[in-house]
Amino acid sequence: MPAGADDRPDSIVALRGVAQTFDTGTRALAGVDLDVRAGELLTIVGPSGCGKSTLLRLVAGLARPTAGRIAWWGEAFDATGREGRRIGFVFQSPTLMPWASVAANVRLPLDLAHVPRPERDAAVAQALTRVGLAEARGHLPRQLSGGMQMRASIARALVTAPDLLLMDEPFGALDEFTRQRLDDDLLALWRSQRLTVVFVTHSIQEAVFLSTRVVVMAARPGRILEAFDIDEPYPRSVEFRLSPAFAAIAQRISACVATASAGGLPDTGRVPMRATSR
Amino acid sequence: MKRDALLRFVAPFAVAVIVLAAWQLIVTVNGIPPYLVPSPLLVAKTLYVDRVLLLNSLGVTLGIALTALAFATLAGVAASLLFVQSRWLEMSLFPYAILLQVTPIVSIAPLIIIWVRNTWAALVLCAVVVAIFPIISNTTLGLRSVDPGLLDLFRLARANRWQTLWRLRVPSALPYFFGGLRIASGLALIGAVVAEFVAGTGGQGAGLAYQILLAGIQLNIPRLFAALMLIALAGVALFAATVGLSRLALSRWHESALDVDS
Repeated sequence: MPAGADDRPDSIVALRGVAQTFDTGTRALAGVDLDVRAGELLTIVGPSGCGKSTLLRLVAGLARPTAGRIAWWGEAFDATGREGRRIGFVFQSPTLMPWASVAANVRLPLDLAHVPRPERDAAVAQALTRVGLAEARGHLPRQLSGGMQMRASIARALVTAPDLLLMDEPFGALDEFTRQRLDDDLLALWRSQRLTVVFVTHSIQEAVFLSTRVVVMAARPGRILEAFDIDEPYPRSVEFRLSPAFAAIAQRISACVATASAGGLPDTGRVPMRATSR
Repeated sequence: MKRDALLRFVAPFAVAVIVLAAWQLIVTVNGIPPYLVPSPLLVAKTLYVDRVLLLNSLGVTLGIALTALAFATLAGVAASLLFVQSRWLEMSLFPYAILLQVTPIVSIAPLIIIWVRNTWAALVLCAVVVAIFPIISNTTLGLRSVDPGLLDLFRLARANRWQTLWRLRVPSALPYFFGGLRIASGLALIGAVVAEFVAGTGGQGAGLAYQILLAGIQLNIPRLFAALMLIALAGVALFAATVGLSRLALSRWHESALDVDS
């Protein structure tokens, strides 16, 4: 279903007035309008409970919104999955099958789609090389470090050559050094593969470092507050992390998140839900 | 590693030696007659003298137990696969599986023996009834205990029901299944022995339970002890076999089964 006349031409996924209310009555999302544009690296930041992950699950088609419309390439979700409209997903945890080797794990999406063997094996080898895991193809997940498991998970998402890559706080559980390395690698992949990436994180630093655009969300109900375009050139290096420009953008986003958390609710952690009614 | 192995084998062995020595000592010193408590040496001697009779009976009982275990595994896994396909089916049938489990086998065995004409088949059926529940309940639990993230992944990849079952649910359930098999192996032997007791079949196809029954009536207590020991040893062997099978199968799955080409 087309999303309407207000569509941008480069919009891959268009959300219009999307809301998600759980059975418990929690309003995870309310009135979300968002366009994911072709080729961008869009990061969604916000405090826990602001519905970032819910939003990503909706975009992935893993859940249906209780209100509003979502269009993928201008059509319904059923039209995704084929050539030119593939969606890849990287979860918070590596989510690998513990009984299968790294190569078998990465190959899974192709196996499920009955991709012929030569084509399949070539794609697996390529994906593993891209994330630097070619040597570990025969290893079991438990034989890998946390960072390597995450790389395997990314390789699995890349193996179908997705046109849209969704990442739900993929590096949140990793140490700072590993996270920065994976951030660098992700940027390299994004640039070389011309991917479109939607990246969820709670780290403002990570968001600023990676993105072409940062969307700030707030909780109760989960909603989009503001979007920041980050017009800094790529490749971005360690110097960028230390630059005044970086600090300035991070500062602005922090302030925005702080206002969101304040918004009549000085201490979001302890105020009961009812207090949000205006 | 070496210390561990030492503990695992040498320590229980030492306990056995001490207990047997004490037993022998008490029987000899107090002059307890063999029809009350035979000494370990006498039991060992009886085991040797009656070996043909006892080993034949052991073969019969083990045959029943193993056949029952095989049937219980097949039927139990089939039931679990059905249950996991439909919540309705599980909800309607699971209570009866529990009913089967909580009804004492001694109370159903006479009926089964009356209804099933072939005695051997009746004995196997009794043992199946006892052994099947842990397999059903463990396997069903295992088929449902799938990493929700992996389930999402399969949904994203648009896997069909069959692919999700075969590539995700079955491997996830394997450790649970082997846990159930381990319990069921002991239960199958217990079921076989109890059913033999109830049936009381003698003659050519007499199992160990019949030898115990007969030896008790004849006050041949050393033979009773020898038969008892064989049953216990058979139980331990069955348990060890399932543990070994589980190790073999799980590590094979882990290393190679899904990754044929590396």
